Amino acid sequence: MKDVVLSAEESAAIGSWTAESQGLALEILGKYPKKRSAVMPLLYVSMIENGYVTNEGMKAVSILTGLTAAQVQAVASFYSMYKREELGDYLVSVCTSISCFLLGADDVLAAIEDESGVPDGETGAAGKFSVEHVECNGACGGAPVVLVNYEMIEGVTPDKGRELVKWLRDGGPDVVSTEEMQQLFGGERAFDWGIKELEGAFLPIPAFGPYGSAKGAS
Amino acid sequence: MKILTERMDAHRTDSHTIERYEATGGYSALRKGMLDIGAEAIAAEVKASNIRGRGGANFPAGVKWGFLAPAKPAYLVINGDESEPGTFKDRQLLERDPHQLIEGVILTAFALGINHAFIYIRGEYPKPARRTQHAVDEAYQKGYVGKNILDTGFDLDITVHLGGGAYICGEESALLNSLEGRRGEPRLKPPFPAVAGLYAKPTIVNNVETISNVPWIVNNGGIAYASIGPDTSAGTRMVSISGHINKPGNYEIVMGMTWRELIFELGGGIPNGHELKAWIPGGSSAPWFVPDEHLDTPVTIDDVGKHGSMLGSGAVIVMDDSTDLVAAAHRMVRFYSHESCGQCTPCREGTTWLERIFNRILSGQGRMADIDLLLDVCDGISPGLTWPPAMTTICPLGPSATAPVISLMRYFRDEVEARINEEVTVG
Repeated sequence: MKDVVLSAEESAAIGSWTAESQGLALEILGKYPKKRSAVMPLLYVSMIENGYVTNEGMKAVSILTGLTAAQVQAVASFYSMYKREELGDYLVSVCTSISCFLLGADDVLAAIEDESGVPDGETGAAGKFSVEHVECNGACGGAPVVLVNYEMIEGVTPDKGRELVKWLRDGGPDVVSTEEMQQLFGGERAFDWGIKELEGAFLPIPAFGPYGSAKGAS
Repeated sequence: MKILTERMDAHRTDSHTIERYEATGGYSALRKGMLDIGAEAIAAEVKASNIRGRGGANFPAGVKWGFLAPAKPAYLVINGDESEPGTFKDRQLLERDPHQLIEGVILTAFALGINHAFIYIRGEYPKPARRTQHAVDEAYQKGYVGKNILDTGFDLDITVHLGGGAYICGEESALLNSLEGRRGEPRLKPPFPAVAGLYAKPTIVNNVETISNVPWIVNNGGIAYASIGPDTSAGTRMVSISGHINKPGNYEIVMGMTWRELIFELGGGIPNGHELKAWIPGGSSAPWFVPDEHLDTPVTIDDVGKHGSMLGSGAVIVMDDSTDLVAAAHRMVRFYSHESCGQCTPCREGTTWLERIFNRILSGQGRMADIDLLLDVCDGISPGLTWPPAMTTICPLGPSATAPVISLMRYFRDEVEARINEEVTVG
């Protein structure tokens, strides 16, 4: 891991970012032999700053990594987790791939769409929810699986899906965590998870410490 | 016989911590490998173990290591982009025993003279990534990673990298492009990554499960590992069982049992009084097996291959007699259509059209000619509909999409015909 010093142009590009995000950007750049490898992590940090992947965010990432804005856009548009428009507070992702499908995932998705009033692939006008169906999330033994801001709940029924939406709508936590939601809305899991982990997501971005997207949950 | 899951089974609440790992013999293989036997001997033990890659392609890991070109710097990349539908084993290994993987990473890097390793974890796995990063931090603090490891003068950095939600990045050259900050599009091969991989430098890409076995192999010897299970399917391996099954989950098995034993004993059989209709032996890319023909086939890499399918990533998806198999095949085709990277025309267009034709059949607008049309599109992606599939594309994603279609037509064509013949009531 190497120390990184930004040029004046690079510093200016992220001048509007919080000090925390600026620090993260330096750390991330220090973890890779070549700057261009930092594109994906830095896009996540830009989502913390802007809520989603904006043109300004891509421009800033391009300056930090020595790429053109078009090269960064090519990356951002390839991966489904780099959202290009504003999201709700809670991104509810329902896995509808084969194992979840076999155990009733389509009914879970329909219940969540109905209860939230937000159709698959859209964000509600109130800005609370985005709802999407997603491809296999790697928890097939605990199907059907629902993610809220990428924090996973296994063994979700249509009724529990409705309860989840109500819980999020009537307040909902600032930090969502697998442990809490699994207890409230989950069923059987793919495997025993061990101790409770007290970190979760405060934004619809995967909660990962080095990218600044994880926070302690209560 | 348990290698990978022994610690997590015995210590359910803290198997992921460095305290528990060290208290149960962890990092002893590192001392043995680095201080006693040395780099060449580590590589020799892994080669002798005959362990075959657990990511899906089942290529012998020791042979792969042997292809590493001498140019420096070289890189090690751990593939934790687990995305093959039905597969959830690496998630468990990352969450429950990340130090086992990290010790394997250090041993592998030391054996191959590599000073920077990456662990690429799929974006939808924040919890496994958090655990892995925490374990990497612990290993740095203890001096197992970083500068001058165990006073040998060997340096190693480990970077945990999160993906962005693209199945195709499980293909090793697409993963390398992704790690370089590019679209996850597979590269033409040759050159293979071992010659020109990350930043066009020699690179070894191995699966999480494969490298998690390395500490045991170094401690117990390659011969001991090779002696577990059938000759060409050595060692234990993780299988993920899901779908219509009484006891879904990950199981560490010695290969060689029959599918009957795996489904009805290990998996506890089919729930709710239903009968077994079909199962997928190695992830959704694998052609289906059916009870009349395959229940007594042994669960080994070669036996499954001989019967026209693959053990792939070890994901077993079980479907009972209530399953609408036309809808199930559509669901798998839709996956490949969504995940196609778009580089190669047969895959990009073919998977899209397969999905659309299935949509037509499922909406009641199907025609009998759609059966031939589906097979014709499959033939365009993978000429001859053979196994293993012929390739018109850079990577196997396109051909994988044909597996559920061909399986459906081979074993359950009558169900497709019945669906097409169904009268559609309007209003």
